[in-house]
Amino acid sequence: MKNRNVAVLGVGQTKFGSHPDKSLVDLFADAFKEAFDESNIERKDIEALYYGNFNGELTDGAANMGGFLTDEIGLGMIPAYRYEGACCSSQVAFREAVRAVAAGYHDIVVAGGSERLYSAGTALGTRALATSVEAIHEITTGLGFPGVFGLAARLYAKEYNISIEELRKKMAQVSIKNHKFGARNQKAQFYQKMGDLDVETVINGKMISSPLTLYDCCPMTDGGSAAIVTTDEIAEDLTNKPVYVLGTGQASGGALFRQGADLIKAEPRRKSSQMAYKEAGIKPDDIDVIEIHDCFTIAEIIATEALGIFDYGKGADAAEQGETDLDGKVVINPDGGLIGKGHPVGATGTSQIYALTRILRDEFKPTTVKGAEIGLTDTLGGDFGTLCNVVLGRGR
Amino acid sequence: MTVITFKEYFDALLEDKLLGLKCQDCGAITCPPKNTCNECKSYNLEKTTLSGKGVIETFTSTYIPPSGYEKEAPFVIGMVQLKEGPWIPGRIEIAPEEADKLGKELIGREVEVSGKKFPSEQFYPDKDRRVVPIFKIIDK
Repeated sequence: MKNRNVAVLGVGQTKFGSHPDKSLVDLFADAFKEAFDESNIERKDIEALYYGNFNGELTDGAANMGGFLTDEIGLGMIPAYRYEGACCSSQVAFREAVRAVAAGYHDIVVAGGSERLYSAGTALGTRALATSVEAIHEITTGLGFPGVFGLAARLYAKEYNISIEELRKKMAQVSIKNHKFGARNQKAQFYQKMGDLDVETVINGKMISSPLTLYDCCPMTDGGSAAIVTTDEIAEDLTNKPVYVLGTGQASGGALFRQGADLIKAEPRRKSSQMAYKEAGIKPDDIDVIEIHDCFTIAEIIATEALGIFDYGKGADAAEQGETDLDGKVVINPDGGLIGKGHPVGATGTSQIYALTRILRDEFKPTTVKGAEIGLTDTLGGDFGTLCNVVLGRGR
Repeated sequence: MTVITFKEYFDALLEDKLLGLKCQDCGAITCPPKNTCNECKSYNLEKTTLSGKGVIETFTSTYIPPSGYEKEAPFVIGMVQLKEGPWIPGRIEIAPEEADKLGKELIGREVEVSGKKFPSEQFYPDKDRRVVPIFKIIDK
């Protein structure tokens, strides 16, 4: 039950990319420091830590991170919780932090995440990611995440009667747009790189899992992100730039093969987003900017439809027509998204909160989203298994 | 509660037999086995043998696999809708380049499933073996 309104007080994000010399704790600590320093609070004010991490066990031999984190960042013996929902881990952690504050259990908490996928190397990184496909029947085929979305892309082409060649050109526009934004973002993995991709380059890239080339895929990334969460009243006392959490939603889905043809409808995402819209009292058309889970180009297209921004089957055309760019219907991934900014799995969710908070405070330097009042995060864990959405607003 | 374990399911697949579950409440077939009916969520399930035949609904040729699967790559992963309704994942017995060339023409082709044994890998739950469902195209 929601008793109190919640706001984001401060946010932090490390540079995304390669951090071979920084541990999971270090990456979280760096992000936390940025969030803490702008929050006008003392460390003793923080009552709990909500940490998202996907696969520290495999990549770093690290579990039971809560206590190590609270100790290393100087938060003492406060309770710490680790959330794992694959790529959605820190978004779920953030949502739980919001719910704890809304319910009145805590007044000020920190949520965030860190992950080291780049440093794990491509083979282990791909296997680590593949632990979030179904562990008996799917993985035995050798299915990894590019495979999941390769299957989804062909299904999309079939369902909506588009040739795969046409669909690949439309998907390429997602990569071109997100790399354009990523290249402007100093904190992005591909800062100053690939800012002017073209369709030919994307579709002639190295084939990873057909029909997806390297440019259709987000990279392996190390990084951390964090957000300080409190009540609206406390936030208004401490800062003149609170960003309000207007609504959240979350839903779950089973194995890819259990979803059958419906997998491209991403029903759990529809359910999660509808829950968030209802709590926020908004409609999809009210949203100005979305940080969407573009782990692959086709993933962004499928997401825009399930979120109700475009009708089913129209997302690919909308991407091609620039409807998701700065002058379009809604601005999607102005920080570069997973494709341009990078995807440090457990840190991705709160990095979306980071970008939207900066945008809604008019302090996001890489790209200006003019007049943005309402933003949405969309985070997907696994093959449509864990979905979480957060609506943020400039005003209450 | 578990009517068919994954071991029993794969043992049967290695003998070219596809096991599934028939719901005693709604009649729906669930495959691969699950702890509840995939349609009505009932626990009232009984073991049944399925046709092992279906059609390819989608596929992807994987050139860069997760670690543990490098020796088997490249391979073509497909999702097949069985005659009895459920979708199952497996590998299609076709060269990846040929599959990509066929594109949409591969979708809708009829296949029959059998099991092929591979060594286990570091993280796979069955430490003795991995069984991969193999889809053979039968409508040539």
